Amino acid sequence: MFGFLLRRLAVLIPTFIGVSIIAFSFIRLLPGDPVALLSGERVMSPERHAQISAQLGMDRPMVVQYFDYLGNVLTGDFGTSIVSKKPVLDQFLTLFPATVELSFCAIIIAVALGIPAGIIAAVKRGSIFDQGLMGIALVGYSMPIFWWGLLLIILFSGILQWFPVTGRISLMFYFPQVTGFMLIDSLISGQKGAFASALSHLALPSIVLSTIPLAVIARQTRSAMLEVLSEDYVRTARAKGLSPFRVIGIHALRNAMIPVVTTVGLQVGVMLAGAILTETIFSWPGIGKWILDSVFRRDYAVIQGGLLLIAAIIMTVNLIVDLLYGLVNPRIRH
Amino acid sequence: MKRALIAALALAALPMLPTVAAAKTFVYCSEGSPEGFDPGLYTAGTTFDASGHPIYSRLLEFKPGTTQPEAGLAESWEISEDGTVYTFKLRKGVKFQTTEFFTPTREFNADDVIFSIGRMVDEKNAWNKYITGGTWEYAEGMGFPKLIKSIDKVDDLTVKFTLNRPEAPFLANIAMPFASILSKEYADSLEKAGTKEQLNQQPVGTGPFTFVAYQQDAIIRYKKNADYWGTAPKIDDLVFAITTDAAVRYQKLKAGECHLMPYPNAADVQAMKADENLQVLEQEGLNIAYLAYNTTQAPFDKPEVRIALNKAINKAAIVDAVFQGMATPATNPIPPTMWSYNNDVKDDTYDLDAAKKMLADAGVKDLSMKVWAMPVSRPYMLNARRAAEIIQDDFAKIGVKVEIVSYEWAEYLSRSKAKDRDGAAILGWTGDNGDPDNFLDTLLGCDAVGGNNRAQWCNQEFDALVKKAKSTSDQEERSKLYEQAQVIFKKDAPWATLDHSLSVVPMRKGVTGFTQSPLGDFTFEAVDIAE
Repeated sequence: MFGFLLRRLAVLIPTFIGVSIIAFSFIRLLPGDPVALLSGERVMSPERHAQISAQLGMDRPMVVQYFDYLGNVLTGDFGTSIVSKKPVLDQFLTLFPATVELSFCAIIIAVALGIPAGIIAAVKRGSIFDQGLMGIALVGYSMPIFWWGLLLIILFSGILQWFPVTGRISLMFYFPQVTGFMLIDSLISGQKGAFASALSHLALPSIVLSTIPLAVIARQTRSAMLEVLSEDYVRTARAKGLSPFRVIGIHALRNAMIPVVTTVGLQVGVMLAGAILTETIFSWPGIGKWILDSVFRRDYAVIQGGLLLIAAIIMTVNLIVDLLYGLVNPRIRH
Repeated sequence: MKRALIAALALAALPMLPTVAAAKTFVYCSEGSPEGFDPGLYTAGTTFDASGHPIYSRLLEFKPGTTQPEAGLAESWEISEDGTVYTFKLRKGVKFQTTEFFTPTREFNADDVIFSIGRMVDEKNAWNKYITGGTWEYAEGMGFPKLIKSIDKVDDLTVKFTLNRPEAPFLANIAMPFASILSKEYADSLEKAGTKEQLNQQPVGTGPFTFVAYQQDAIIRYKKNADYWGTAPKIDDLVFAITTDAAVRYQKLKAGECHLMPYPNAADVQAMKADENLQVLEQEGLNIAYLAYNTTQAPFDKPEVRIALNKAINKAAIVDAVFQGMATPATNPIPPTMWSYNNDVKDDTYDLDAAKKMLADAGVKDLSMKVWAMPVSRPYMLNARRAAEIIQDDFAKIGVKVEIVSYEWAEYLSRSKAKDRDGAAILGWTGDNGDPDNFLDTLLGCDAVGGNNRAQWCNQEFDALVKKAKSTSDQEERSKLYEQAQVIFKKDAPWATLDHSLSVVPMRKGVTGFTQSPLGDFTFEAVDIAE
């Protein structure tokens, strides 16, 4: 197992360097000069432009800038935002808990609903359940997130008034941020109703963010389950007279879960991407919204630093999934 | 599992719906996060609304609802005869805010003024580069480093600005949020502690509200400044709930989660007016959208060609299609709310036959041209492509073929200022300080050719008038000069003036005391909410 871990880690190094090159160069390939954008319609004099470019180190050759950047990253310095002038890492750490909290709730919803839906669809293959559930999954998968989010806000917040429109907690509550996770902080604060308020604020964004992963997990579970259900050992189990619950729930499900676990891991990456839209529409103060704003402002430091940090997290999650996978199926370790 | 989850969500939903409850907490659904809290470093209105206006005061302040500077931290001022020395008498007994992170031991005095403005204009000042990559963009844009020769303390409550040349808009300039006055004592304490950058994160000023906390991209909290030198605010707490999407802001306003919101979608305004829980304020914005011809390129170097094209643009159609009526067609290069606006200037009438004839008389046949459409939505032009399409359609009717081009925003800004630009560009401007100089000289002066002057238009007669107005202190006299300049502008037609957009502010019924600022600022020191 240790050798397996080392091999996986060795693969991560070139991946990380690759990601850093992409994050660094892609944003610079986009047209648009961040220094000129600082002054908007107000035209900056060429001397002033040169002066600020030099101050930001943008007048040097790209390769020099890249190696400087890589060197700084290795010492934990992800640069300073061109717009807010704050260190990128500090901002990331402030905003990241909000995104984690949202993604965590979303993945719980996706797994809790997606896997049972997939199992039911597989077991009742071809029935109205199967077609209905898979139809809904397809719609969920194709739904434009922005539109879907606004639709839920208009219905549940605007018309029915069941949930608040945006934010992480009601403005009535004010307490220091200890962990950055609103659910935990609201409990620590001990203020009455704070936890419920935080939970209700999480509901709509989590539902929106979970939609696509839920659909993917449901479809993946269904196809994995169908494959396993047609295996000989399942037939044998049935022939032995085991109850359908034991056959499906224990014998079949365990094997069907292997591709599903991988899918769930991959969905974490998808989720961080989906978080950009969900966070924007729900004014959720997370990293997705932060990076999107930075793209519009061509804030190179934030975009490359943010992308790199997100990539590092996704790589770590995938590593964990690989290790879990190795635990579930020993053959993979070799 | 599924049932349990639904039950949990339903339970959670019960005790919430946090309508704007606490009696005197005013919630403003702001449109974005402030870049920081030291207003001198930034240029965005969003940042000024969150820092300059609530937390700080300035030597002069704009009288609410106008662009007229009046006494602020300076009680009175004198201007030397040659217009180069400004002496300000400062208000006595003004206290800086006491916060969790700073307790002032002295009152506001001349040192604070010298510190606040001095750091922007003097590169050697210890606070000039206190933040990595921080620049004084606004002071730079207003020409402060070259304009201000020295700032001297005459006594504790008198400060003297010496300028290198007379500059009439100077009073309006120092009333702008970037020229906010910070506490030198606080800055000194930060310097001693080695945490200078805190000045941009934990602000201390003399404004109506004291900063309490900022959660990035989410909430800013302020409380009433009990020691405020002006009229004390009527609300106890002020909260900015940052909500970037206009449709979502509207939902929050409807749900009572905020009292007031900026920048609604034009398409929502009718529904807002019909909603009995809301009230909507409207005012002409201090802005202009224009189509700038390149007056150095044939055939656009001929005024009669430009006027002919102007006659073919159906501005009313643009106002309807792009703004759903939330704008007015523009005649002059400055908005009607600005002093010196010349009401006698008449706009070119929309007349396709006359346009066709003028083109033929000028010997222009089979003209094809480019029209540049901005890729972004700005308050003065929500959808430049749509406007360009209307112009394309109109020009086709007089036999002029139009190709619409666009670039990424920063590219657009930089390419559109090129002297040899091919075609006419749609662009606009939002005023900084309500001074006509900020439109007429900034956008149309000869110095701005190759820069802000996108028409590359240098008319000596026009330029002489605006330059003279700039160095004249008497406002009535300046007004006359600007009125003449507008006549020349219209006759020479370097632009097709397109529109001035309306600034629309929806708020809950029961909100009182909010005055719309022609400068587009959102200030809350006078607001109140019905119990």
